[in-house]
Amino acid sequence: MIKLFSLKQQKKDGEGTPEKGKRASAAQLRIQKDINELNLPKTCQVDFPDPDDLLNFKVVISPDEEFYRGGRFVFSFKVGQGYPHDPPKVKCETMVYHPNIDLEGNVCLNILREDWKPVLTINSIVYGLQYLFLEPNPEDPLNKEAAEVLQTNRRLFEQNVAKSMRGGHIGNVYFERCLK
Amino acid sequence: MEVEWPGRWNHLKKILERNGPFAHPDFEPSSENLSFVKDVCKILVIGAGGLGCELLKDLAYMGFRDIHVIDMDTIDVSNLNRQFLFRAKDVGKAKAEVASAFINARVPGCKVTPHFAKIQDFDESFYRGFHIVVCGLDSIIARRWINGMLISLLQYENGELDQSSLIPMVDGGTEGFKGNARVILPGVSACVECTLGFYPPQVNFPLCTIAHTPRLPEHCIEFVRILLWPKEEPFGAGKPIDGDDPQHIKWILQKSQERANEYNISGVNYRLTQGVVKRIMPAVASTNAVISAACATEVFKLATSCYVPLNNYMNFNDTSGVYTYTFQAEKLDDCLVCSLKPQTLTFTETDKLQDIISHLQESPSYQMKSPGITTCVDGKNKTLYMQTVKSIEVKTRDNLKKTLKELGLTTGQEVYVADVTTPVSLTFRLQLGSSMDNS
Ligand SMILES: [Zn+2]
Repeated sequence: MIKLFSLKQQKKDGEGTPEKGKRASAAQLRIQKDINELNLPKTCQVDFPDPDDLLNFKVVISPDEEFYRGGRFVFSFKVGQGYPHDPPKVKCETMVYHPNIDLEGNVCLNILREDWKPVLTINSIVYGLQYLFLEPNPEDPLNKEAAEVLQTNRRLFEQNVAKSMRGGHIGNVYFERCLK
Repeated sequence: MEVEWPGRWNHLKKILERNGPFAHPDFEPSSENLSFVKDVCKILVIGAGGLGCELLKDLAYMGFRDIHVIDMDTIDVSNLNRQFLFRAKDVGKAKAEVASAFINARVPGCKVTPHFAKIQDFDESFYRGFHIVVCGLDSIIARRWINGMLISLLQYENGELDQSSLIPMVDGGTEGFKGNARVILPGVSACVECTLGFYPPQVNFPLCTIAHTPRLPEHCIEFVRILLWPKEEPFGAGKPIDGDDPQHIKWILQKSQERANEYNISGVNYRLTQGVVKRIMPAVASTNAVISAACATEVFKLATSCYVPLNNYMNFNDTSGVYTYTFQAEKLDDCLVCSLKPQTLTFTETDKLQDIISHLQESPSYQMKSPGITTCVDGKNKTLYMQTVKSIEVKTRDNLKKTLKELGLTTGQEVYVADVTTPVSLTFRLQLGSSMDNS
């Protein structure tokens, strides 16, 4: 049992000028660990526009199989000071025809919201995103039209994805070319 | 104002000047215990909100007379039902200042010093000046920050903790009819970071539910907040939502009601809208009173050693009946923040960054694989080198050949090292001799 203040010493008054944020925050220490240990498949790349800012970066996913083979999809990651208690904010910057990604780039991935846990890492999220391209899930749609096509006519869905990645209209929405 | 009167301290003397069967094994009854509480002990209260008002009142009446309080907020009319140190005329003023003035006028001899500021505005020399820190916060980020600060103050001699560098943290938290009080002895018992999993995660509804299958009024508000606001940018491009701006809340309310009508959902109103946008937890005055009383009691026990402190986490719940449960939260061996003592790395200022990396890889005590190194200079994070991520490696490669002096690293500078061989990032303090010393 530790006995505190056995000396009952007088504490010195806090003097000195405020010096802000001299130390790295817990979120910063944790993200450094996450980033240093990223272990991604060759279809995923991570890009730091500013290497001093480990809290903001891009992840590029280039699937090599299934519907989205040959495409190149850029996601922006914003990690806040609440990390890892709070998940990072992830948006898809590439316009994509996908049941779980809407046209504003919002992504419906459970671990980004309701199922986030502090033990998860950036690596887990990137794997989750990659999985969305291999197994788009029409049960939890964000882009309802795309989900309906996938459910009712897989062949048409495949054609629509190919067309959108080459650059073209699906209905009245124009998708920019995102082939590698 | 009369500060002393006959019998003022009689109740405290009964506890502090005689022994008893439940006293702390090391307790020594003496009149010095009381004079420590009254004249020496310096306490920092963080937060002057629901818990903070209670804490200030409890501590001041308990006999502590040198109390500081930090709060960055101003008083809102919705605070007045439970933050009882504030009156209608105080709306708009700084909570810390009004609360301090109230206590100082009410409790003879007590001096509360206000700081209308963020906790991040103060540095180590400020925090080192306190015997005990008590928190009544509603933000996990702020808790983690002060926790990290108190752990950074710990000093070790030959691997042994210097107990005079330890500042206990008593932390209270409430949410509706639930609350908790805990005692953290930094470096000794479980810290905030060790128990990050205890803090309930924010309620996040699945995005697809919000987008297509709303069932609750909250789903409608979240739809407007997350999906509609960034799309329509009603108050200008890139303008974030301000939960205190009635215009913003009214816009969200109107759109949420439209959506609720579409799906036959009822219950969207102004109050709920603001609650969801600001993520307000309902505050219950009685819970604040109970938790702050528990915290103030712990402060008293720590300050006087008259009784064994809480070990170390107490949950309280009076949703139905009254329930408390105390357990010992476990200190994690691989805690991000409290598990590791900063180690010293001794180099000369003409050594190069590559020399540090080689040392971390080759030294038998580290044997790291591919250490990623960062530091923090003038409050700005700086990545010195990271091999594992190509885009960072390319941009930091040149640093390897630079001397530590060229990189702006000086004695006392902390560098943070992540590697697969350690469960958390390690903190090192640099000790730089000039090259002359080593020749
Ligand atoms: Zn810890």
